[in-house]
Amino acid sequence: MAPLLDVRDLHTEFRTGAGTIRAVDGISYAVEPGETVAIVGESGSGKSVSALSILRLIPDPPGRITHGEVRFLGRDLMQLSDAQMREVRGGDIGMVFQEPMTSLNPVLTIGRQITETLEQHRRADRAAAYRRAVELLGLVGIADPARRLKQYPHQLSGGMRQRVMIAIALACDPKLIIADEPTTALDVTIQAQILELMSGLTRRLGVALIIITHNLGVVARYAKGVNVMYAGRIVESGPAAAIYHEPRHPYTVALLRSVPRLDRPRRARLDPVDGQPPDLTRLARGCAFRPRCRFAIDACAEAPPPLAAAGAPGQFSACLRANEITAKVGVVA
Amino acid sequence: MRAPDVPTRALLEVKGLRKHFPVTEGVIARRLIGEVKAVDGVDFTMRRGETLGLVGESGCGKTTTGRCILLLERPTAGAIIYDGVDLASLPPKELRALRRRIQVIFQDPYSSLNPRLKVGEIIAEPMRVHGIEPNAKRRTARVAELLTTCGLDPKFADRYPHEMSGGQRQRVGIARALALDPEFIICDEAVSALDVSIQAQIVNLLEHLRERFGLTYLFIAHDLSVVRHLCHRVAVMYLGRIVELADCDELFDNPLHPYTRALLDAVPVPDPTIEAARSFRPVKGEVPSPINPPSGCVFHPRCPIAVETCSQARPELREVRPGHWVACSEVA
Repeated sequence: MAPLLDVRDLHTEFRTGAGTIRAVDGISYAVEPGETVAIVGESGSGKSVSALSILRLIPDPPGRITHGEVRFLGRDLMQLSDAQMREVRGGDIGMVFQEPMTSLNPVLTIGRQITETLEQHRRADRAAAYRRAVELLGLVGIADPARRLKQYPHQLSGGMRQRVMIAIALACDPKLIIADEPTTALDVTIQAQILELMSGLTRRLGVALIIITHNLGVVARYAKGVNVMYAGRIVESGPAAAIYHEPRHPYTVALLRSVPRLDRPRRARLDPVDGQPPDLTRLARGCAFRPRCRFAIDACAEAPPPLAAAGAPGQFSACLRANEITAKVGVVA
Repeated sequence: MRAPDVPTRALLEVKGLRKHFPVTEGVIARRLIGEVKAVDGVDFTMRRGETLGLVGESGCGKTTTGRCILLLERPTAGAIIYDGVDLASLPPKELRALRRRIQVIFQDPYSSLNPRLKVGEIIAEPMRVHGIEPNAKRRTARVAELLTTCGLDPKFADRYPHEMSGGQRQRVGIARALALDPEFIICDEAVSALDVSIQAQIVNLLEHLRERFGLTYLFIAHDLSVVRHLCHRVAVMYLGRIVELADCDELFDNPLHPYTRALLDAVPVPDPTIEAARSFRPVKGEVPSPINPPSGCVFHPRCPIAVETCSQARPELREVRPGHWVACSEVA
């Protein structure tokens, strides 16, 4: 069976005063129906831009999707007309963004924002849309839906707003939800509520989920497959257990060793990645992680290494020395 | 109530600290309609060389507590006793001298550095303000030394903040805090805005500086994992009060207050095997408004073990094991 979403060799560039930035530099991955996949990386790794590119939400200028295919339900999203793409966004693909205050319209009631989606995509009449909105608020755990539907975003807490965003994302029975740092702005107890809600609902309704985050704990709890991004490329991908326990890319190893852990007693020192994050306007020809890498060899300067099978079945690493990296990270020493 | 005591003489004592902000209505005739009880009775003691973590979610009063210690806010009630001296009783001149010993590192390395000053000027400014090192040449040398101490090349002194990455800027913020040779530093979410790989570098730098200069840190943070890594003792705050205080490993291995438990449960661990084995139910509800906090124990509406009396009496912090303080009537 074909995957639900198949991203192939996607490239997105931004033209800036300092030069052209290849924010997404040839990434490929697939999402199966109902599956939860994480894209993890630090600021500037291209994880958000890759999601926005799938949805064709890159502002042009300065951005441009220069190459690639995004096959979704048998069509290449890159070839659709703008009108067809609008049907897909909020229809078969729901979206949840980081900042619920800026992604909701401050001058429309919650109710209107949900019914608008239904009227646009499903040509529902007002009464049917309202009934569905009440049902959706119930689904996302908002008590007293009739009262809430009349309220404006500023009258809700951050957690409530994110629940509304999830309700809107689910309104048209999507096949896929793309959630870009959905809980980063929230406190940890609220973050836990929202993530449990999202994972519970996507499982129950059979919706696939792409979760974009910098939080390695969130990935470990919720995602089956993981893509680790660095400087616009996927440097390692595979099943979460393999990535966490036997990473095969030096950046993944470094990332896991940098995280202080709640379940470990105090340690003397963290083992951080040396150096600074990459400057995308000045990337050298070879592997972007090379200047910070403890495994780097001369060959790393020639070209960015392609993803190749390494380690567990389904695990891929973009490192020339992937098979030499057998650091056991997730095992208590 | 007795403040949780420590064996050696305290460097900082916070006693019954309260900070209430007025809430007003109306533009011309402003009427007082209530108070935000940002900090509502906080007691703790810190000894020299210790790192105390102050954790909690937004609005719990952790930052306001820090600002009160820095005298950036005037407390509504309570005392802040630093090295045996009540800060409220000090005349301005002596207070100014004392403030040299207490410095702060802020969260956002983008907004806490003046964009129009060069890094060298930013670091030298506290020395200028306090009239230390008037000799320009020696001041430049001191700036270079501070940059090196914080892991930056001395030539960064001629750069502007916008030319640097977030991690480098945070190092500048730390160098500035060190400029006056302080003994006590308040780190207010000092690593929260940074990416993990850079965050780890800064955490290590803070630890290194603590050892090298014998610093005492009040480490205010919402990220419990960083707190566990860096702190000797931890105080958990909820709605303006400390609900639990204990040695770091004791608090994380043996959390007693239901709020602390909920908070620790909510943090996912970066290990899929552990996460898959864990059953987990997030705590219900959201933090209530500090304008109108619940009666009795402020956590009782969300608490999984609350009994009827919890809504009536406010539980005081009490020592249930040596050094382990909990404000919950249901904890034995």
